[in-house]
Amino acid sequence: MIFDIDKETMPREELEKLQLKRLKQLCEKVYANVPFYTKKFKELGIEPKDIKSLSDLSKLPFTEKQDLRNHYPFGLFAVSRENIVRIHSSSGTTGKATVVGYTKRDIKNWADMMARSFAIAGATPADSIHNAYGYGLFTGGLGVHYGAEALGATIIPMSGGATRRQIMVIKDFGATVLCCTPSYALYLYETGKEMGIDFRELPLKTGIFGAEPWTESMRREIEDKLNIKALDIYGLSEIMGPGVAMECAEAQDGLHIMEDHFLPEIINPETGDPVEPGEVGELVITTLTKEGIPLIRYRTRDLTKLNYTPCRCGRTLARMQRVTGRSDDMLIIRGVNVFPSQIESILVETEGLSPHYLLEIHRDGNLDILTVKVEVAGNTFSDEIKNLQTLERKIQRNIKEFLGVTARIKLVEPKSIERSAGKAKRIIDLRNENQ
Amino acid sequence: MKCDQLSIFLENRAGRLAEVTRLLSEAKVNIRALSLADTSDFGILRLIVSDFETAQKVLKDAGFTVGKTTVVAVVVDDQPGGLHTLLDMLRDASINVEYMYAFVQQSGNNAVIIFRFDRTEQAIELLSGKNIKMIPSEELCKL
Ligand SMILES: [Zn+2]
Repeated sequence: MIFDIDKETMPREELEKLQLKRLKQLCEKVYANVPFYTKKFKELGIEPKDIKSLSDLSKLPFTEKQDLRNHYPFGLFAVSRENIVRIHSSSGTTGKATVVGYTKRDIKNWADMMARSFAIAGATPADSIHNAYGYGLFTGGLGVHYGAEALGATIIPMSGGATRRQIMVIKDFGATVLCCTPSYALYLYETGKEMGIDFRELPLKTGIFGAEPWTESMRREIEDKLNIKALDIYGLSEIMGPGVAMECAEAQDGLHIMEDHFLPEIINPETGDPVEPGEVGELVITTLTKEGIPLIRYRTRDLTKLNYTPCRCGRTLARMQRVTGRSDDMLIIRGVNVFPSQIESILVETEGLSPHYLLEIHRDGNLDILTVKVEVAGNTFSDEIKNLQTLERKIQRNIKEFLGVTARIKLVEPKSIERSAGKAKRIIDLRNENQ
Repeated sequence: MKCDQLSIFLENRAGRLAEVTRLLSEAKVNIRALSLADTSDFGILRLIVSDFETAQKVLKDAGFTVGKTTVVAVVVDDQPGGLHTLLDMLRDASINVEYMYAFVQQSGNNAVIIFRFDRTEQAIELLSGKNIKMIPSEELCKL
């Protein structure tokens, strides 16, 4: 089922016309109503009428998370406070919180986009949706909630925590769709096992997982253990909340972006220039229809790539690849952008390795040398040199193929790479030390 | 006729080999045969020990990657061409030797060589058929 067949299957040419029309309106609106943007436009010497085609997008200024913080709490709102019907806020794990406001129409659009997302996941009004995302300032809970209602499904507004009770509710109320973080899905499974409840026997058939990064191997693990289809959802509170993009059940190959509302770009995080089509870079989103806090070229810091080929589900909306990491961690090696998370996903997919690795970069003459140290896994250890060397060459080949950079691979003993309780130290850059 | 061999992944760092021998000596495990294969970055230490279980446990507990490989201890005539005859036989049966190394002690006047074959069962069958002596695991530890 396609929730909004007109918008979701719109021919590209028509969609681009709609995007351009909305982009022009957006520029007029922020230029007139948001002093921050008026100032930015003037600094760049541009006016809303200079936007004549979608390619003029690159003339517009970026918006950073820090800009929202600098205008805490309501400084970037484009409408008066009486038109705001709801406030959400993202927790400030790395600084001050960011605050967003929604008009009545924003809330309606959001619910429709979440309803689309459920339909993209294969859900229908006949489904019961168990929502384990937290209700509150965080956008996850309420976003999912109103989307399920807009679809006409049954929402079970569980919120987070109380895991054993969650499992009883999932079982007794016969949920068919589960919404939570991917790691919580695995935790539910483990706890269910302790309680003697086998998720494989429950009517649950689909999981919609987001709000944290996960990998393809984690997807397989969840699908296998819970006997469901596990799908990826993308969203961020600055842009809207969950439902910015949703992976379809048919292809399970990328997340359809709600392009009639959000204009995506992929840029090189260093230079700000667009990358070549299909290349990985930072996702930048312009909100085309938002009224409360419209944002121009918001830098998400999330790394992905876009796929514009038509999807077998029938939708024409572009697909973004599962987010593979954060642009804050980017390395430049011999002119090639390398993201540790990309190397991690290659290592995770390779048998015989543990997920503990360290990237060392040093300079030999004018050449950057990247060394990937990775621990061998005890249980699949081969005692033949040639097999281990084959393993090294295989990793090297995959890194070269996917990232375009040649790396030295060094297998190391288990537990020889330092563990830390918090964020693991994955990179040692020695390039500036001997200059 | 099969013997358990310990295989240990070692980085080429000073003191790693000594760490293995120290742990085994403290656990009162004797090393009966040893071979070290290495590259510039890492090596694989292969050991036949007097007490496999204990050795495996102390090394694992100390954080080493320890594998178990099945090898065969073959008695080779200590005379010119002894090894050659054996290898010919294996080649004719299309059995590959992944690696081999000599046992520390001799069995009487004969040399004992540890073999890792690509097809262990077939190799044992072949050698038994040709009346070539192989030493069972229990005996090997006592040599
Ligand atoms: Zn699709």
